[in-house]
Amino acid sequence: MKIILTINNVKREVEISPSEFLLDVLRRLDYMSVKKGCDTGTCGVCTVLMDGKPVLSCSVLAASADGHEITTIEGLENDPEFKAISNALLEEGADQCGFCSPGLILNVYAMKKELKNPSEEDMKKYLVGNLCRCTGYVPQMRAIKKYFEVKA
Amino acid sequence: MKEVKRPIKKVDGYGLVSGKPVYTDDLAPKNSLVVKILRSPHAFARIKNIDVSKAEALEGVECVLTYKDVPKNRFTRAGQGYPEPSPYDKYILDEYVRYVGDEVAVVAARDEITAEKALKLLDVDYEVLEPVLDFEKSKGSKSIIHPEDDYQSEVFVSSDPKNNIAATYEMSIGDVEGEIEKSDVVIKERFYTQAQAHVMMEPHAAYSYIDMQGRLVIVSSTQVPFHVRRILARALDLPIKKIRVIKPRVGGGFGGKQAIHGEPYVALVTLKTGKPAKVYYTRKEVFESTYTRHPMRFDVTIGADKNGKINVIDVRGLSDTGAYGEHALTTFMVAGSKVLPMYNKVKAVRFGGDVVYTNHAPAGAYRGYGAIQANFAIESAMDMLAYKLNMDPVKLREINMIREKETSPIFKIMGEGREGVDMIVRSCKLDECVEKGAKKIDWENKFKTKKEGKKVKGVGMAIAMQGSGIAKIDMGAATLKLNEDGSFNLLIGATDIGTGSDTILSQIAAEVLNVPTESIIPYSSDTDVTPFDVGAYASSTTYVSGNAVRIAAEKMKEEIIKAGAEYFEVSENEVEFDGKEIKAGERKITLKKLAEVLYYNENQKQLSTTGSYVGEESPPPFMAGYAEVEVDTETGKVDLLNYVAVVDCGTPINPNLAKVQVEGGLAQGIGMAMYEEVKYDKNGRLLTNNLMNYKIPSRVDIKKLNVELVDSYEPTGPFGAKSVGEIGIDTPPAAIANAIYNAVGVRIKDLPITPEKVLRALKEKK
Ligand code: FES
Ligand code: FES
Repeated sequence: MKIILTINNVKREVEISPSEFLLDVLRRLDYMSVKKGCDTGTCGVCTVLMDGKPVLSCSVLAASADGHEITTIEGLENDPEFKAISNALLEEGADQCGFCSPGLILNVYAMKKELKNPSEEDMKKYLVGNLCRCTGYVPQMRAIKKYFEVKA
Repeated sequence: MKEVKRPIKKVDGYGLVSGKPVYTDDLAPKNSLVVKILRSPHAFARIKNIDVSKAEALEGVECVLTYKDVPKNRFTRAGQGYPEPSPYDKYILDEYVRYVGDEVAVVAARDEITAEKALKLLDVDYEVLEPVLDFEKSKGSKSIIHPEDDYQSEVFVSSDPKNNIAATYEMSIGDVEGEIEKSDVVIKERFYTQAQAHVMMEPHAAYSYIDMQGRLVIVSSTQVPFHVRRILARALDLPIKKIRVIKPRVGGGFGGKQAIHGEPYVALVTLKTGKPAKVYYTRKEVFESTYTRHPMRFDVTIGADKNGKINVIDVRGLSDTGAYGEHALTTFMVAGSKVLPMYNKVKAVRFGGDVVYTNHAPAGAYRGYGAIQANFAIESAMDMLAYKLNMDPVKLREINMIREKETSPIFKIMGEGREGVDMIVRSCKLDECVEKGAKKIDWENKFKTKKEGKKVKGVGMAIAMQGSGIAKIDMGAATLKLNEDGSFNLLIGATDIGTGSDTILSQIAAEVLNVPTESIIPYSSDTDVTPFDVGAYASSTTYVSGNAVRIAAEKMKEEIIKAGAEYFEVSENEVEFDGKEIKAGERKITLKKLAEVLYYNENQKQLSTTGSYVGEESPPPFMAGYAEVEVDTETGKVDLLNYVAVVDCGTPINPNLAKVQVEGGLAQGIGMAMYEEVKYDKNGRLLTNNLMNYKIPSRVDIKKLNVELVDSYEPTGPFGAKSVGEIGIDTPPAAIANAIYNAVGVRIKDLPITPEKVLRALKEKK
């Protein structure tokens, strides 16, 4: 079947099979920042924004994304918010293997739009679905707090 | 120092955070055949027959392989030095399947859906055999997991497959029985550690193709590209020169990728079909069919005099290697060799036991590599000893622990698989780590405060050591190449798997050459292009590969001076190089200009140098870990309020990255202590085969980690550095168990420490 996806502000008509998930379609279309880390919607590395809201692309049927706007990290490269988040992570060395980074950054990006003055606990709750096995989270949280300019 | 001891950003960082296509599956050719593996539903069975005809007939299926189609060369998947200290007990595909998840057959199809369909069309007739699922009953069991007559193993591994023994080790110094007898206080306890899954975020992935010279190229998410090449050569019956292995960015490893996993399957498909082929493990496959940490059992006896001086430590171990003997001997030996030397003042010490096969998923390398298991047992037992002596556990450590300029006979007796090397510990700030950690957690007050109420707080501590590479075995090499603009390519076999090693190795080269790190362009690793390195394991990169880079850079400096001398037509000792300019008296030329001249104008030549390094010793990083917990006495729930880690890793090349290594290690160790456990049902089927059933700590679970690196200088390390990749994981299990005891007086001796266990123990105590 054919669907219309607006990916990073570019509208495209995409041929999909009805059982395909958004994750697989995006990777097939070369949006390789969207990673696959699990089979159960539990790791967060496949996070993308759908109409500005974070979703797990591994759990969204591509068909149900028809007509929606999808944002991946590829679409944010020139966004000052992306630059600020990623720079904060880089400065803390919180990008270890980096496999969790794109998904995390998208979620932080959405969190900034959604939450006003979140506490560290609020942030952790918001980001709890973004697993990371390398950093122990602590350096990521240091970076994210800096980005939010929240004093610990 | 300009470039080292600086927290610069990772050189590959921007590419990672901006989601560039840099991991294996991102790079696989679009026309790759998709490889899927049929896996055994039985814990132990013999394949009587496989009917592949229906799968082969399916449109889009290009190749189906069974045990009848693979070379019959036994090998070990373990990525270790050669000859490996692990038995050759595996075929690419075997008539026997030895655990639920073992490889039965391989299908390659034009897309994933077809490959999955084809898997379902394979008709396998199994003769189900009686599995061995309890490692304490494996030795001498009627079921022999490796009955094959072409089983091979190096003599020093002491395998005895007829008795389900993959490896055995025994060592003893002094009169153990006599010293126990003479001791005023004796602790004798049994401890268990569980299987833990690595859960690196990027699943195992590999793809392969044939290059224009007809050679097999494998791109793999691996920690050990050179070992992959050698193991594949054996398994596939190909000369090493016919294989090229490339490692792109890797999404974490932790030991789980210190082996071959999907590589032989894509390779075989490519060899059979001539087409590119790729495999990307599902998370279920990663859980079910790769590696876990070796579960171990320890019987620990410690004898001390009444003043707290420890005279003797006796450790009897049993380790479960699962279906294959990968890393069996070495993880077991490390359980002794990377814990016992901390107590170097004993008069007698003994360590030994068996590593047995079971029909569980194979255990393999995992950060900590035996040390974390034994650390839990021995550091828990030390705590018990302290209480029995009525002595502060910190004091007990201070009386007995190793100090700078001291040694332990164990260094020489126990290496990895073999004898080790004699070594004096040139840098050891363990005393400072213990002292600082105690202050940071406020030990004095918190240890002694009254323990009462519904929720009770307590503190516990443990000390740890690890190594820096495997002395006299593991070699790393690096090549520096001057470019015409004065920049340098740094070609390293060392394998950055997310640790930041490309960055710190560049910093080391830059420091020696006195150039900015941005002038160094690191590339790792590609067996055709980069020099040899054993890979990312055994905490070797900073120390071993770092020294190789240092040597290569020192040689490069000499080459530049030599080229400058030729250019100015003076002798070399009249020439200076400060990183920017080459000077001879009044005359000078910039490096950039000299490089250009060397390429195009005069006396043309390529400046290129290679350094190799093999450790003469393996200087241990040390640390003290302090946990503060709050135990809910009504539910058994343990909250880890704070974890203080004070670490001696020498002088860190990049303090940020070293610290993050420790933080990541701590979180993984906390996972092992409190959350994670690989569980099977009674038939050997994995219950924890996804991230919902197998819980790793989330952001909410990790509260406060307080890491400090103390000032230390390792004279044999590059710019004083030691390695830091593993040490962070070692202390949480014991320190947390000890803190729980301090809080509520119950001692959990088997991991993980779950609320159920704590609650049960609390009830029993009443
Ligand atoms: S791939 Fe793990 S949550 Fe989507
Ligand atoms: S940086 Fe490796 S998983 Fe987060």
